[in-house]
Amino acid sequence: MTRFGILEALLRPDGLVVTTWRKLRRDPLGLLGLAIVLGIGFVTVFAPWLTSYDPNEVDVYARLLPPSADHLLGTDQLGRDTYTRLLYGGRVAMKVSIVAISIAMAIGIALGMLAGYGPRWLDRLLITGFDTIRSFPTIMFAMAIVALVGPSLNTVIGIIIIASIPVYARVVRTQTMALRERDFIVAERAMGASTRRILFRHVMPNIAAPLFILASMDVPVVVGMEAGLSFLGLGVSPPTASWGSILNDGYSYIRNSPWPIIAGGIPLILVTLGFTFFGESLRDILDPKLRREG
Amino acid sequence: MSDLPDTNVLEVDNLSVSYSTEGGELKALRDVSLDVPRGDIVGIVGESGCGKSTLISAIIGLLAPNARPASGAIRFRGEDLLGVNDDKMRALRGDEIAMVFQDPMTSLNPVLTIGRQMRDIQYRLPDSKAEKNARSIRMLQRVGIPDPESRLHDHPHQLSGGMKQRVAIAMALMMKPALLIADEPTTALDATLEVQIIHQLKRLQEDIGCSILFISHHLGVIAELCDRVAVMYAGEVVESGTVREIFHAPEHPYTRMLLACDPGAISERTRVLPIIRGFLPDLVDLPRGCVFRDRCDSAIEACSDKPPLQVRGADRLVACHRAGETP
Repeated sequence: MTRFGILEALLRPDGLVVTTWRKLRRDPLGLLGLAIVLGIGFVTVFAPWLTSYDPNEVDVYARLLPPSADHLLGTDQLGRDTYTRLLYGGRVAMKVSIVAISIAMAIGIALGMLAGYGPRWLDRLLITGFDTIRSFPTIMFAMAIVALVGPSLNTVIGIIIIASIPVYARVVRTQTMALRERDFIVAERAMGASTRRILFRHVMPNIAAPLFILASMDVPVVVGMEAGLSFLGLGVSPPTASWGSILNDGYSYIRNSPWPIIAGGIPLILVTLGFTFFGESLRDILDPKLRREG
Repeated sequence: MSDLPDTNVLEVDNLSVSYSTEGGELKALRDVSLDVPRGDIVGIVGESGCGKSTLISAIIGLLAPNARPASGAIRFRGEDLLGVNDDKMRALRGDEIAMVFQDPMTSLNPVLTIGRQMRDIQYRLPDSKAEKNARSIRMLQRVGIPDPESRLHDHPHQLSGGMKQRVAIAMALMMKPALLIADEPTTALDATLEVQIIHQLKRLQEDIGCSILFISHHLGVIAELCDRVAVMYAGEVVESGTVREIFHAPEHPYTRMLLACDPGAISERTRVLPIIRGFLPDLVDLPRGCVFRDRCDSAIEACSDKPPLQVRGADRLVACHRAGETP
């Protein structure tokens, strides 16, 4: 099937996208979530057009100002415009979540299918590996890695990928295990389909929906991790703006002005609420156990 | 197709399969022999747990992981499938040997369209998508699905059970297999549909010229559809022969009791349906002698020795010491 064919199938009147939208339209919380998600996407993509400042432009005469018409959310201790830094910090957060989640999901799908469909010893080996990773507190793990390779955005992405692979792999493994005993997979085997064909043509489409939901719920987790690491100075290096580093700067000067820390916290709350509302609404719509026809 | 016209497509020869279980070695099949002649429909009857499923799995080379290596031989067009490697076996499945499953509700992938699944089954052919679609439409027409073109865009949940089973049959016959294994394909359907599907299957079988191994516990369906029948009990074939012989003059006591229990064959109104008392023997710890002895009304002293398969008539086999005596 061509790329276009898939798109065409998804957008047909009875395709997945249209039917999902029809149900989402009736769920106000889900709609709110979708609006927040789209809003965050919009402001991060068009950040340079939404502000007249440079995120790293220092203005020593305008330090720690409260919000005004010139500086919508005030300025920080170096006189940088907090609103502008938030927009650019959002770019960092979105870049980290998109890159890290896509890579973690791809590796997680591969390993999860191997564990769920492969021989039992391989399953045990992989599960032990996943549990080992999950048993480390992420922050300790991150500090160890940063101590080894130094702080940078790529280090943050790498840490998040390693920490997230088990999340995806476990879901894929469980779903694959449930599917491998299903009649239509047994039927495919009886009709001579190879393991690769079964996994990619038949198992994949069946686990796509839960994975999509999981990814959307994972965005706030990843954004929070990036902010946390940057807050601790283990993430982006100054002067790059990140929601975590904005919070850290604001934290140091909280006696002088509360505005940076207030402004830095809001996007984190919005991301969490937006993606969670959207993800939960999607889960209600796509989960076959909760699905109601008509 | 092979050059010899009158040979058997499938010959199962003294096949024994056992599983390793916690309780010990479960002997699921013991010395099962069965021939499927070219162009014939062979039925297998037997109650649950008699080894029907194990037999199918052994034929298509997909025994459960805890199965021990099978002994005996399964010859498909002269080649012993037990000695064939996995790749070769996989190439045969779906191409030369196809299967239809019991429950059409679950044997189609719920998230893919019918068209996608029907194209997918033709992955061995180099044809274009349009050609594969055209072949799918022709196949759907042959199994009696109205408006097949628009059905290609449907998902399985948009089709009724009977339709789904027709689709499954169309998919199985797509590659014109030499042998179709049908595992209780009508059990999940209601009686009217059952008759329709059976007739359709028979017509298609005559058209395509394949052989069918038809597993069922519905005696009426077997009588209607099959040329030959093998009666299985506790992992053994206790009696085999033509449908006419088996149904009109059963010689094994189990076959007789099975026929007596068929609700379709009971002519008088009764409160109590006939049953076969007792249970299947434990396949881990088999009793000595005849496997049916404990449940048999006409057991005699000699039954504590295993009865050999006796040849009775042209190619009729019966595993009973008392075969040939008038009951």
